[in-house]
Amino acid sequence: MPSQPSTHTTDTDSTATASAAAARGAAGTSSLPQPHEVMAGLRATVSAPGIFSLLSPEGEYTPSDRFPLDVTPDLVRDLYRDMVLVRRVDREGNALQRQGQLGLWAPLLGQEAAQIGAGRAMRPQDMAFPSYREHGVAHCRGIPPVEIASIFRGIDFGSWNPREKRFNSYAIVIGNQVINAVGWAMGQRLDGAMGDEDTAEATIAFFGDGATSQGDVHEGMVFAAAFNAPVVFYCQNNQWAISESIHRVARMPLYERAAGYGFPGIRVDGNDVLACLAVTAWALDECRSGNGPVMIEAFTYRMDAHTTSDDPSRYRMADETQAWKLLDPIERVKAYLARNGLADAAFFEAVAAESDALAADFRTRVVNLPAPSPSVMFDHVYATPHPQVEAQRAAFEEYLAGFADTDATTGGDRTGGRH
Amino acid sequence: MATMTLAKALNTALRDEMAADRKVLVMGEDVGRLGGVFRITDGLYKDFGEDRVIDTPLAESGIVGTAVGLAMRGYRPVVEIQFDGFVFPAFDQIISQVAKMGFRSGGAWTVPLVIRIPFGGGIGAVEHHSESPESFFCHIAGLRVVSCSNASDGYHMLRQAISSDDPVVFLEPKRRYWEKAEVETANHQGDWFTSRVRREGSDCTVVTYGPSVSIALAAAEAAAAEGRSLEVIDLRALSPLDLAPVVESVRRTGHLVVVSEAPRESSITSDIAARVTEEAFYSLQAPVLRVAGLDVPYPPSKLEDEFLPTLDRVLDAVDRSLEYR
Ligand SMILES: Cc1ncc(C[n+]2csc(CCOP(=O)(O)OP(=O)(O)O)c2C)c(N)n1
Repeated sequence: MPSQPSTHTTDTDSTATASAAAARGAAGTSSLPQPHEVMAGLRATVSAPGIFSLLSPEGEYTPSDRFPLDVTPDLVRDLYRDMVLVRRVDREGNALQRQGQLGLWAPLLGQEAAQIGAGRAMRPQDMAFPSYREHGVAHCRGIPPVEIASIFRGIDFGSWNPREKRFNSYAIVIGNQVINAVGWAMGQRLDGAMGDEDTAEATIAFFGDGATSQGDVHEGMVFAAAFNAPVVFYCQNNQWAISESIHRVARMPLYERAAGYGFPGIRVDGNDVLACLAVTAWALDECRSGNGPVMIEAFTYRMDAHTTSDDPSRYRMADETQAWKLLDPIERVKAYLARNGLADAAFFEAVAAESDALAADFRTRVVNLPAPSPSVMFDHVYATPHPQVEAQRAAFEEYLAGFADTDATTGGDRTGGRH
Repeated sequence: MATMTLAKALNTALRDEMAADRKVLVMGEDVGRLGGVFRITDGLYKDFGEDRVIDTPLAESGIVGTAVGLAMRGYRPVVEIQFDGFVFPAFDQIISQVAKMGFRSGGAWTVPLVIRIPFGGGIGAVEHHSESPESFFCHIAGLRVVSCSNASDGYHMLRQAISSDDPVVFLEPKRRYWEKAEVETANHQGDWFTSRVRREGSDCTVVTYGPSVSIALAAAEAAAAEGRSLEVIDLRALSPLDLAPVVESVRRTGHLVVVSEAPRESSITSDIAARVTEEAFYSLQAPVLRVAGLDVPYPPSKLEDEFLPTLDRVLDAVDRSLEYR
């Protein structure tokens, strides 16, 4: 996941190539970001055809029959709180990385609505297959943020139990989890876990716009269609796959690709938590009742760097980020709540205080995470004992035990333990 | 006790496991109505239906990747890769997900998945239909890798693979599919993923697996006519290797020849040579010699007799080993 911004090789010596690129209107190849590349996100901001919204950037709510939602004041306040909490934790994650407490952090800034909307649409029995940025969905699954930070601190690959939380471990290889999700959903169908009002299940696979270039995502959609798998393909189109603009890889809106597989694709305003919730709830219900699969493209924007190793100033313009800032997912909910007198200053202050407390607790837990014992490397490699791994474990533990003996007498000098 | 081909034995093993456990599924390209290109799944579709014998789209990453999701959910998928050379599109899933899902999740998941691959040469096939990819899999922690050499082992090893809670790469020597042997299906006991002495001998140990076992046995027969006694060991499991019988044999014979169709460099034969050297150095009277596929891409089939280990190449290696005496 950590990535070095790469340098494209120049391929403009052939006029044929250059004019073909120009004719495509797509980004050509160049060693420097071209104006049309850096403008990509701006273009995305001003034109998002087919987008479904409920809540405008100014906080005006327009109900819809297409994806109905029971918008109670409690619901909106809860969603606001969720988004503030995950944003605060996300900012703390960045800070912890800057202070050397985390090796890396993958920020979700700007994607709070896309994640909270989807996460809150899930029922306990539904299963999520995330990539590596779904901290907001994890929050909805009841996973404390420290259990995610442990990945980025190098303690483990996520401390939560993915089977119990119905939220799989993070998948780092782009696209892999999408097929696994489809397999799980095929199992739901084979188990007859659909149809019943209360117990029916669905699956949701999270991936980015970059992932839609991967074979695994394509294969996942083919399999889902072939087997009517109850799976929602939830693409958070945040416009950039590190430095690769979505405009380089997609000539048409991503959600329209679903038509090619023969199931519905919906583009939702990914900065509108109500719309994300309504559309995802509808899509999961479609799956639970046997009408899946469904693809959702949550049209949003990655406000921060790809990860803390990234430098977005090399490939995108500040203007673009500023334009998206006007579409901030939290601000519009705040405006809605304030405009309709559904929350007062005390409420906003209480949420802010709660988020500060959560961040402080998060920080304390992260810095106090114990280093794992070396012998855990040998745990769970196999479900049943594997003689070679067990022999290596025994030899390794014996080797370490040699230092322990010496520790008692030499005060813990490792090299002193060599014999 | 029945006499049957390896193909039939594998088919019977699938049938018996499917009958015993409704969670066992068969998946792959053409495994349903056609019964697979080698007919290993023949008749299963008719008897168990399309939900248990799943004809998949033509997409190996999709086949293995969806099987992972099914296995996480408690199913026991047995996927068929049509030919060895076509497993590579699924390699990412095998390395990144199949092998690591349990480890990554701290044991929350098990992935009881069998990946069946017809492998190896000798059938005069076109390019990509005769590969020996076993070393790639052995190099990946989290996978078990086994290869049968005859119908009886094929039956019992496949059943054991299906009941294993770990993912198993199950390599089937395609050129042996039509060879017959007696199979005792009634008595399915014990651990079949262990090295097995196929022929006892005292002058030189020959270790091999899968398609080359018959060649080693034929070489032992020929050597006996020349007054040389070869001990032939069939590894059956490639990961984990059951090395103790090999070491024990080398302690008696002092000579080891390792035979495999796979290219020689960075291979299972490399590993066996290194490990036997570590464990039985003072018993060895000669360097460990290897008879393997050449370090070239698999050649056009008219040349595969040159590429593959043959009886003569095995005997030649035995001669060279014994010359050190
Ligand atoms: C198969 C693979 N190739 C490359 C990478 C390195 N990498 C990590 S994230 C990323 C971009 C992913 O973009 P996208 O799918 O849009 O998701 P986003 O990070 O924007 O949420 C790349 C290239 C990877 N993790 N996996």
